[in-house]
Amino acid sequence: MPAPAKSHDSVLQRLPTSAVICLLVLMLAAAIVLAAGSGYVNIPFWDVIRIITAKAAGNDGLTAHLDQLAPVVVMDVRLPRILAAALVGGGLAVSGAVFQGILLNPLADPYTLGVSAGAAFGASLALLLNFTLLGLWSVPVFAFGGAVFTLMAVIYLTAGSGDLSSGSLILSGIIVAAILSAGVSFIKYLADDAVGIIIFWLMGSFASKTWAEVALAAVTFVFGLSVFFYFGRDLNLLALGHRTAGSLGVSPRRVSLVLLITASLVSAVCVAISGIIGFVGLLVPHMVRFVTGPDNRRLIPVSALAGSLLLLCADTVTRAWLPQEVPIGVITALIGGPFFCYIYRKRQLRQFS
Amino acid sequence: MYDLEDIEFAYGPKAVFQNLSLRFEAGHFYGIIGPNGCGKSTLIDLLAGHLQPERGCVRLNGRPLQRLDRKTLARSIALVPQDFRINFPYTCQEIVMMGRYPYIPRFTRPGRTDRAIVDDVLKKADLDDFQSRYVDRLSGGERQRVVFARGLAQQTPVLLLDEATASLDMHHTMAMLNLAAATVSPASLVIAVMQDINLAAMYCDRLVCMNAGAVFASGPLEQVLSAEMLQAVFQVDARVARNDYCDALQVAFRKEVRP
Repeated sequence: MPAPAKSHDSVLQRLPTSAVICLLVLMLAAAIVLAAGSGYVNIPFWDVIRIITAKAAGNDGLTAHLDQLAPVVVMDVRLPRILAAALVGGGLAVSGAVFQGILLNPLADPYTLGVSAGAAFGASLALLLNFTLLGLWSVPVFAFGGAVFTLMAVIYLTAGSGDLSSGSLILSGIIVAAILSAGVSFIKYLADDAVGIIIFWLMGSFASKTWAEVALAAVTFVFGLSVFFYFGRDLNLLALGHRTAGSLGVSPRRVSLVLLITASLVSAVCVAISGIIGFVGLLVPHMVRFVTGPDNRRLIPVSALAGSLLLLCADTVTRAWLPQEVPIGVITALIGGPFFCYIYRKRQLRQFS
Repeated sequence: MYDLEDIEFAYGPKAVFQNLSLRFEAGHFYGIIGPNGCGKSTLIDLLAGHLQPERGCVRLNGRPLQRLDRKTLARSIALVPQDFRINFPYTCQEIVMMGRYPYIPRFTRPGRTDRAIVDDVLKKADLDDFQSRYVDRLSGGERQRVVFARGLAQQTPVLLLDEATASLDMHHTMAMLNLAAATVSPASLVIAVMQDINLAAMYCDRLVCMNAGAVFASGPLEQVLSAEMLQAVFQVDARVARNDYCDALQVAFRKEVRP
């Protein structure tokens, strides 16, 4: 049966989801190789592929004719940073999609419940106390702890209302985040010399990421994605309200709780690795929904790929193309903010026309 | 079919039901009426298994609701709530298909039967042209019809309506209630919370009248619906008489209300 034309039909909307996913995977792969080749030392596309296959296959013969520096630059310097950016972008985008689904609000993001404020507080505290006991991991561990602690406080505040409804969750999130932001300000005030480091950390960066961090991000990302994918259909039902979802075979409280904790863990790990990078988690699922529709079984995988691609590109721009490296969080906010205003306004206008 | 035994329920310190016992039998269209805040929606939530009583037991076909797993529950009881907003741009077809989720295993596409049922329900509910329209752009009444259709697509022996026609116009109110009435069979029933007593009198053959967390009267419509009951529960002057035109009991009210 021919369906009547949708109100905003586009070429992308008519593509099946599997085609969109294939397209994005190809684009992501190409972007990774291109990004690994660009920077202070330019390395041609095919040489990058040769270096990566040589490393993967354990066959050094492929790279024998190349500059000795090139494999080191690609494998030890650029690739960890590129993969970290892609994984964090994907993680923020999927957890954004899930938060929007749980909070029944297409304008929610991974930070709505105060995860970023908690992470910021933890990281600032570590930097203020000059805590270095855990070496490279000191600040990330504190950031992660802050984020988890915040989430627990938010859930504790909300649990009194009987169910984890979106209204009380958002309200608790705002309260806790407000207190923690004040805490961060206080820490900045106390920190004389460290204030620059704190501010820089808060703006987010992928500079000097290691393979260990990539591995952590990858494990969390794969775990989160599997959980989200498993509960994707239940998340769809939550959009009908907890009462109706309950009558359709879903335990709204259990599903909300599992997804809330998983999504917070994913975003907490992202923040711990890269600092606070805004707008990816808000913007990507919002845009992807125009292409895939709101069904989370399509929205979640496509958001993951689109988020990876976006943050990878943004990071490559600031690393390789800009004369001076600008913190990635600043870039995403400066580009994402106005862009979001634009689509938001456009949608409003269409609704009244 | 449905048995409520000595139900006790409270929201925190505020007791709603104490020693509430009720019985619903298959093959009937039940109406639940009563003043605002008398516990009608709470009763529906208890029947749907969304809320659990603190004491007592709700049984469906002899089995306590708490013992049934969620899938079985979803295949036995459908709930059409009062109007609510849906914030995401699902199409009406997708929303109605959600009524089939309890029958479709996870990670599986809807089968031919599911699609046929959804098409059929959409046609019956006069929503053919709405299939690919976005539910967040519909008016309240249109959205209510989509939600009603979703409840029908669930094809359950129990259909609970919680003021499900409150935002519909006359035409669609009766069209929806006709669809609900058509699902009543010797093995199934409809339980509808209604504000409009004349509408309840047209559709229900059994009436449960509630007042302040207790059952004031329940039984066949002709026995329950009376001027005395309306006077006692709603404090309104009314006359109940058979109306030949609509072939049902109807109530005429006087404007004056007592505090």
